[in-house]
Amino acid sequence: MQGLPSESTLANQSLWPLGVYALLVLAMLAAVVIISALIGPRHSARRRDLPYESGMPPTGTAALRFPVHFYVVALAFLIFDLEVAFLFAWAVAARDVGWLGYIELVVFIVMLLAGLVYLWAKGALDWGASPANAATPVAEEIDG
Amino acid sequence: MSGTLDVIVRMVLTLALAMASASMLVWVERRLLAAFQDRYGPNRVGPFGLLQLVADSIKLFTKEDWTPPFADRVPFILAPTIIVATGLLSFAVVPFTAAGALVDLNIGVLYFLALSSLSVYSIMLAGMASNSKYSLLGAVRAAGQMISYELAMGLSVASVVALAGSFNLREIVAAQEGLPYVVLQPVAFLIFLIAGLAESKRSPFDLPEAENEIVAGYHTEYSSMKFAFFFLGEYLALVLFSSIATALFLGGGNGPWLPTIVWFAIKMAAIIYVFIWVRATFPRVRYDRLMAFGWKILVPVAILNLLVTGALVVARSAGG
Repeated sequence: MQGLPSESTLANQSLWPLGVYALLVLAMLAAVVIISALIGPRHSARRRDLPYESGMPPTGTAALRFPVHFYVVALAFLIFDLEVAFLFAWAVAARDVGWLGYIELVVFIVMLLAGLVYLWAKGALDWGASPANAATPVAEEIDG
Repeated sequence: MSGTLDVIVRMVLTLALAMASASMLVWVERRLLAAFQDRYGPNRVGPFGLLQLVADSIKLFTKEDWTPPFADRVPFILAPTIIVATGLLSFAVVPFTAAGALVDLNIGVLYFLALSSLSVYSIMLAGMASNSKYSLLGAVRAAGQMISYELAMGLSVASVVALAGSFNLREIVAAQEGLPYVVLQPVAFLIFLIAGLAESKRSPFDLPEAENEIVAGYHTEYSSMKFAFFFLGEYLALVLFSSIATALFLGGGNGPWLPTIVWFAIKMAAIIYVFIWVRATFPRVRYDRLMAFGWKILVPVAILNLLVTGALVVARSAGG
């Protein structure tokens, strides 16, 4: 602890260094991007302006439909991350709110876990086809 | 007036330390991986190959800066700057020295988590703006992975916050004067390290840039300094996660005899060494296992850890 400024000066410290630091960082990055764009050579060649697809001529648009799983995970993340934000509010005040707060925390977390269990049971956390799930429908299709 | 000067010195010092450690890390990692694999690594440019870094920077700086005509220009250029900017800005709250960080934010931990969430935008913008299939696939993978592990990271940090009763990194470090939190929170420490690996997209969680399936993932179409920015951002994230882990779990710069910054650097280097060691040891995991591990193991374990920590914290404060 020695060498630290006293509590009061720290509480009074303003945020302007952060703002100046942010400007400094952005200015530096902008300078690097601009300078490297200026000093780099330029040339063009036949078939150069195509997206890289392992040397093959590109097929179709790159606006692919990506698996809906990513969307489900993003939704689940939004909900859970919001709940984590509430947990932070409890964490910083854990001592002040005592056992009553802790019981509320447990209730909250049980609800959160219920959501997780639901996601889990619905298969939202299973990616791709697990061998057990994949084998049956295909086999049925062949039989039918 | 001396206060202003002091702040400016610390500002430049923070920026220089962050940039220098991130770029040095390229060389450190290559040399260490070489040592793990029983070969030399870069040893030609300068003593021990130390100037390899300079050579690489000059090369990347003078390469053609190609903005593909099929890309969305503005987000394409913004994306790499966002990842470096969020990395550098996070260092403003890292308490490197005895005088604390550049700004002594009350919400230092939240600031760090917020900025690390923002870096997902960089990846997603890069993938969408490139208008290339490999880029999009890499970006979607990266976003899914980063948001999933962010949850576990947030929960593991919450237990440290509950122990320290503060979001301020300096106060969290001060609270570990006698005993670093790694002793009290070994589970949270492990979760934080694993989530840090996944957040910085490092091996074994480097699926977003798995070169044998999707070329280079979200930065496939990038060249020159913009390409370098993604790597700089990745190494900045590595330095950042290890320094935040040092502050949260290893007692920051606390230690006998040596000055604060030296202790901080030693502890940070130890964590970085472990990160590189992990890269040299483990093969890349499969994506379904990665997501299942994050959601089905890390998140529940982190929640349980928080519950146990909370009970102990409340019991101790109620008893005493």
